[in-house]
Amino acid sequence: MKSVGVRTASRTPLRADATARLELLEYYLEQNEDLARCAQVSLEWLARHEGVRRSVCLAVDADARLLVGVGGYGVSHEDVELFSWPLSDSHDPLVRVLLSGQPAVFRSSRGNGHARTPQTPLGTSSFMALPLRAGRLPDADAVGLLLVRAVTPLTPDLTWLITVLGQKIEQIRGRGSVAREARKLRRERTLFYTIINSVTDPILLTDTEGRLIVANARAEKLFAATEEANEGRRRAVELNNMLFSAALSRTVIEAPSEARELLLVDPSDGSDLLFEVLSSTVEDPREGTGIVSVLRNITDLRRATEQIEENYQKLRVAEAAVRAERDRLNLIIDSVADPIIVTDPGGATVLMNAPAEELFTAPPDAAAVVQRGVQSNDAHFSSFISGLLLGETGPGEVRQGEIALINPLSGTPIPVEAIAGKVVSESGELTAVVTILHDRREALERARLFEQLKLGADELQMRVQAATAELATQNELLRRQAIELEQASRLKSQFLANMSHEFRTPLNAILGYTHMLLQGVAGELPPNVKRQLQRIDSNGRHLLTIINEILDITRIEAGKMPMQISDVNLNELVPEVMMELDPVVARSRLSVVTRLSPQPLIVQSDRQKVKQIVVNLLSNALKFTHEGGIDVAVSASGAGGTASISVSDTGIGIAPEHHENIFEDFRQVDDSPSRQYGGTGLGLAICRRLAHALGGRITLNSDVGKGSTFTLTIPVDAAQ
Amino acid sequence: MTDQKAPLILVVDDYQDAREMYAEYLQFSGFRVAEARNGNEAVDQAFALRPDLILMDLSLPGKDGWEATRELKADERTRHIPIVALTGHALAGASDGAKKAGCDSFVTKPCLPDDLVVEVRRMLNAVKQG
Repeated sequence: MKSVGVRTASRTPLRADATARLELLEYYLEQNEDLARCAQVSLEWLARHEGVRRSVCLAVDADARLLVGVGGYGVSHEDVELFSWPLSDSHDPLVRVLLSGQPAVFRSSRGNGHARTPQTPLGTSSFMALPLRAGRLPDADAVGLLLVRAVTPLTPDLTWLITVLGQKIEQIRGRGSVAREARKLRRERTLFYTIINSVTDPILLTDTEGRLIVANARAEKLFAATEEANEGRRRAVELNNMLFSAALSRTVIEAPSEARELLLVDPSDGSDLLFEVLSSTVEDPREGTGIVSVLRNITDLRRATEQIEENYQKLRVAEAAVRAERDRLNLIIDSVADPIIVTDPGGATVLMNAPAEELFTAPPDAAAVVQRGVQSNDAHFSSFISGLLLGETGPGEVRQGEIALINPLSGTPIPVEAIAGKVVSESGELTAVVTILHDRREALERARLFEQLKLGADELQMRVQAATAELATQNELLRRQAIELEQASRLKSQFLANMSHEFRTPLNAILGYTHMLLQGVAGELPPNVKRQLQRIDSNGRHLLTIINEILDITRIEAGKMPMQISDVNLNELVPEVMMELDPVVARSRLSVVTRLSPQPLIVQSDRQKVKQIVVNLLSNALKFTHEGGIDVAVSASGAGGTASISVSDTGIGIAPEHHENIFEDFRQVDDSPSRQYGGTGLGLAICRRLAHALGGRITLNSDVGKGSTFTLTIPVDAAQ
Repeated sequence: MTDQKAPLILVVDDYQDAREMYAEYLQFSGFRVAEARNGNEAVDQAFALRPDLILMDLSLPGKDGWEATRELKADERTRHIPIVALTGHALAGASDGAKKAGCDSFVTKPCLPDDLVVEVRRMLNAVKQG
């Protein structure tokens, strides 16, 4: 019920009943020290019950001899607190009211102005000053003034308030020592706050429900937010309060003195803050049960712890990795078929794989011979690596050598190739020597076989080389012979060419003068002389033919018979030859028939040479045929790309045994000096050479007594 | 037998028998004839006599027939005189060499005097017509 009046403060004054007055008095009883609070509450009460909108309470400070403002309603608090009036001025209107103890009314200074309006927090408007007396009696000293705006009738409530407020002021004033005590307390309290604020850990005093009673600055940052604070900060504070209350309630219920962790939010930046909360319950006879909590920020500590934990995990992982690596290394080393030994700088064996163990270790109960074998191996190995251990080689260098070991069990010699390398630490210190032994027996066997193979191969190679050299020598000899032959042949040809030239010069004179005499240059000659001259002439001519034919052969053989390839129409060439030989044909009285190719037959060849061959063949036919006829035929052979000219006669014919040798130089069937037929015997030899030069051939078909057929066959294109 | 108006032929040959034989037969055939035994004489005679034709053996001692021919054909005064080369070299290429040196015609020895006279007449006619 009592709270209803407070909550419904309306503009319509409520007549104060006994309950309202009792309420105020109860307040006075509770607040028996704080004059300002009492004055404030009194003025509020007056506003509520009497409708006084603006009022000021002034009290006498006896020590300072001042009338000071202690409370105000509807006015500036600052003005109230700053209000101070000296009591020494007895002419001052307010002081006079105080001294007279009678209420006075002050009109606005803008009114008729018969009285001076004092400067009060109420401003310049009209007000009423009511003295507050120390006691109920009318002569009791005034200890203060109540200034109310406008002129208000002295209602019973107002009169009652003046009375009780005056007595209350007197009561508080009467305890001047109490006020000093209060100041001292305030100082101590200030000191207390200063101290707890200087503590960097948040400190809070809460009631059992978790409501905040006292908090130091650090705690306020976490748990209090002003109205101006932004939304985020207010939320964070709200959350922190909730978390803290929850933590606190657990603390109270479960284990009050135990430290527990509390995760809060930093309202300034939203980061997580981890606190260790130490709470203890304090029992105060007056304030009841409270809980003091000290929060220690362990966020960094937690972080450090986590870091340590993490590092520890890493360490364990690394350790596991190293262990796995080592296991793998062991596996690898054991899987190597060659013995591997790791020795420390002192020469002691640190590690060896299974194959090495077979060589360098023996069970204690092994036979003496096995033990000796192991010792022998050990001695050999130690002497090998001693060089490395004594530092004869630099870091990274490898010592390589051969050691004669034995198989301790069987006693079989095992020559091994040892390769040892230093393991050097970062500081350059020798930490170990790793040695790998490689069984050389297989390699030696291979080397032996290879050596044999190499010997065989070398021998073979030597033989091949010898044969090749022999061949080269032979080739060289042949080559030289060929060159010599060629030179000889060329010299012969040159010689013959020169000879034929030398022959011609005198022959020219012989034939010339004979001719001149026969032409009658020296006058008419007797018939017998003329006949003799004709003998000289015909023999001279024969000699000239021989010389010309020799010249032809030497030209061909000396390669001085250049080919002049052109279109040669064989159907034209043969009649040409016939015309040239017409006088001879006419003298022979033989029938010579030419049969030309039905189609034009044009070949790519050397016209002059083809003609020379045909002339020669026809001349021979005429020479060796006495009766019958001669047939000259031109034809193309279909498939071979060749053309042929054949000369057939009904002459003496040639026996088969002579078919080949009639083409030889200076050869006739009848070689005797008394032979019947003239000619040099070079004609066919020249024809065959010329035919070859044209890429063709001359063939013979003949029967003795029946006649002969000579056929020249040449390619249609001699250039091919 | 010689006629002042008959064409003058210079016969050049180092072989006396051949030279005199041709000279004799040319005279017998109605030509005037001068003789030279080598290339130098041939050039001198040609400048001195200005013959109507020169029969030039190519193989001559000293200045040979090819050189003498080149010399005569290079000179304004003798350039027009036809030169008939005479050679015993029947190898291919001999006639080409003679043509290149400037010879107008080429006759291979042995050459009967009659044949030579035919060639001389042919050349003189060619000059006359040209």
